[in-house]
Amino acid sequence: MRKGLAFMMVLALGLDAVAGEITVGFAQLGAESMWRTANTDSIKGEAAKRGIKLIFSDAQQKQENQIKAIQSFIAQGVDVIGLPPVVNSGWEPILREAQEAGIPVILADRTVDTSDDSLYVSFIGSNFIDEGKNSGNWLVRELKAKYGEAKGEVFELVGTVGAAPAIDRKKGFEEVIAQYPKLNIVKSQSGDFTRAKGKEVMEAFIKSPEWSKAETKIIYGHNDDMVLGAIQAMEEAGINPGKECLIIGVDAIADAFEAIAQGKMHCTVECNPLIGPQFYDMVEDLVAGKELPSSVYSNEGTYDYYCAAALLPWRRSLY
Amino acid sequence: MRIVGIIIFWLAMVVFLYGTRRSRNVAFWPLLALACLLLFNLFFTQQFYRLELREGSFFGIPVPQLYGVPIDILNHASKVGILAIGMTLVIAVGGIDLSVGAVMAIAGAMMATLSVQLGVSPAACIAAALAAGLAAGMWNGFLVAVMGIPPMVATLILMVAGRGVAQLVTDGQIIIFNNPILTSIGNAFLLVPVPFLLMLLMLIATWITTRGTALGFLIEAVGDNEVASSRAGVSARTLKFLVYVFCGFCSAVAGLVQTSNIRSADANNIGLTLELDAIMAVVIGGTAMTGGRFYLASSVAGALLIQALTTTMYAKDVSPVVAPVPKALVILAVCLLQSERVRRLFIGRRGTA
Repeated sequence: MRKGLAFMMVLALGLDAVAGEITVGFAQLGAESMWRTANTDSIKGEAAKRGIKLIFSDAQQKQENQIKAIQSFIAQGVDVIGLPPVVNSGWEPILREAQEAGIPVILADRTVDTSDDSLYVSFIGSNFIDEGKNSGNWLVRELKAKYGEAKGEVFELVGTVGAAPAIDRKKGFEEVIAQYPKLNIVKSQSGDFTRAKGKEVMEAFIKSPEWSKAETKIIYGHNDDMVLGAIQAMEEAGINPGKECLIIGVDAIADAFEAIAQGKMHCTVECNPLIGPQFYDMVEDLVAGKELPSSVYSNEGTYDYYCAAALLPWRRSLY
Repeated sequence: MRIVGIIIFWLAMVVFLYGTRRSRNVAFWPLLALACLLLFNLFFTQQFYRLELREGSFFGIPVPQLYGVPIDILNHASKVGILAIGMTLVIAVGGIDLSVGAVMAIAGAMMATLSVQLGVSPAACIAAALAAGLAAGMWNGFLVAVMGIPPMVATLILMVAGRGVAQLVTDGQIIIFNNPILTSIGNAFLLVPVPFLLMLLMLIATWITTRGTALGFLIEAVGDNEVASSRAGVSARTLKFLVYVFCGFCSAVAGLVQTSNIRSADANNIGLTLELDAIMAVVIGGTAMTGGRFYLASSVAGALLIQALTTTMYAKDVSPVVAPVPKALVILAVCLLQSERVRRLFIGRRGTA
């Protein structure tokens, strides 16, 4: 009886192999934001499109749930495991378990702290430093086109203190503008990535002597929500945001596209949650026995007032 | 317009002088710190007192409005101030309410969702949001007063779950609304911001109900010694329940103000960690965490101090990485000054005899 079962299992596995079906386990972090929901939809949708069998789990922002999910993926013998780690430490034992079972792990959007890089095969996600650089580059191009040289006073809305996107988006942006001595950050305060704080900080900026002195006013926000709050603050103070300043945000949420289309904002740099296609490209390469680069950055665009209005319906349909 | 700033400054000084005459008044210490901060800004922060008279709007009616940094402080302090009014009474009965931030999110989510997705009239939206706050308060009151669960645990439940409820109401989206009445609550002016007037109104109403009657005395009795006051005939349970309901109501009002101010219900972030600011305001105001004596106006002064500190950090462009340190130092100083023992060190035993 047992032999028969084993035989049937081998047969079943064999059939699977014949059909060439790939099984992927994805230990999603949770559903804490609209960004994450879009990320989940992309992972699920692309799997269905390619005929890849996806075993999906939602960890509700808890590391122990993610570890449990990976344990069950190992038990089910998936081909590849995808993991966006909720925190960056404490992953070595479970990653080692996966390694011993011969299952490669691809990290998504965040990395882990480990002394042994061989515990995962690759990383896919956003490069926050590049997002900062994209913002800076767009700004420099725009200033050169408008005024002939890159000069101006930047009022920066920083994200939550200590958060990786806030640190890196600042770093990337500063790297670019450091090459232009007439382009400087004159005020930099944290808006906690929220609309309410973004508005409150902007109200203070508007009333500062730096604001009255500034000739070319530039607002750079580490996310679109803070920028949208800041736009409200300007409008309530009787400032025309689109005419009197240059305004840049990061994330490329649909509301930002709408603000750009209405002429209240100028540019938003994408932080792409739709990593599904690139993720499964990596999975298929792995299964085909190809070597993966140690990290793959998601394709991220920059959307400004030339294209945002036309792209708004498309963006709304995404998330 | 600098004159207006100087007038404000002298008003603060009058409070200061009044306080020194009656330094036993607990509101003195937060107001002293506030006066020092305003003095500091007069000398060291450019344009801090630059006030302008502009054309504002009060629910569509054009009215004059003041415009300047001090007005921003009044505007933004009102959220924590309103929360602190409810929180003061809860702490006075020996409790605590950790769910105020989450209740703000629920109220805001209710208002925005009803208005945008169901097209409900503004008055009904506001009523529903306030009702949600009352219901949340009843839930907390039920757990604490009837079921006897420790307040820290009982209100923690709603603090965690409440934000989930708000997310459920908004379906995880940030809901933007444009109804002129709903967007006016947090943005209207009658010379000063309406949220500030709302806070004053609630302060006065609460003060009259608690201090104009025996209610405040009964609350203090329950907070001092629940068993003794029960034996003496005070219905401690009912009183505790009502205090939590009132705190839920205050949270809902604060939620409406905040949601209206940014014209959108951001269930994920509205009121996040504001419960701690509210508790801080109450503590700065001199109400003891163990319950008993409570000081409403003093709590509101505490809220003003917290916001004045935050705004000063923005104005001085203190790096957000280090900004919490000077804030903590000022608050620490106020708390230390309230301690009888520390004051004795300065005044000497003679002064307090």
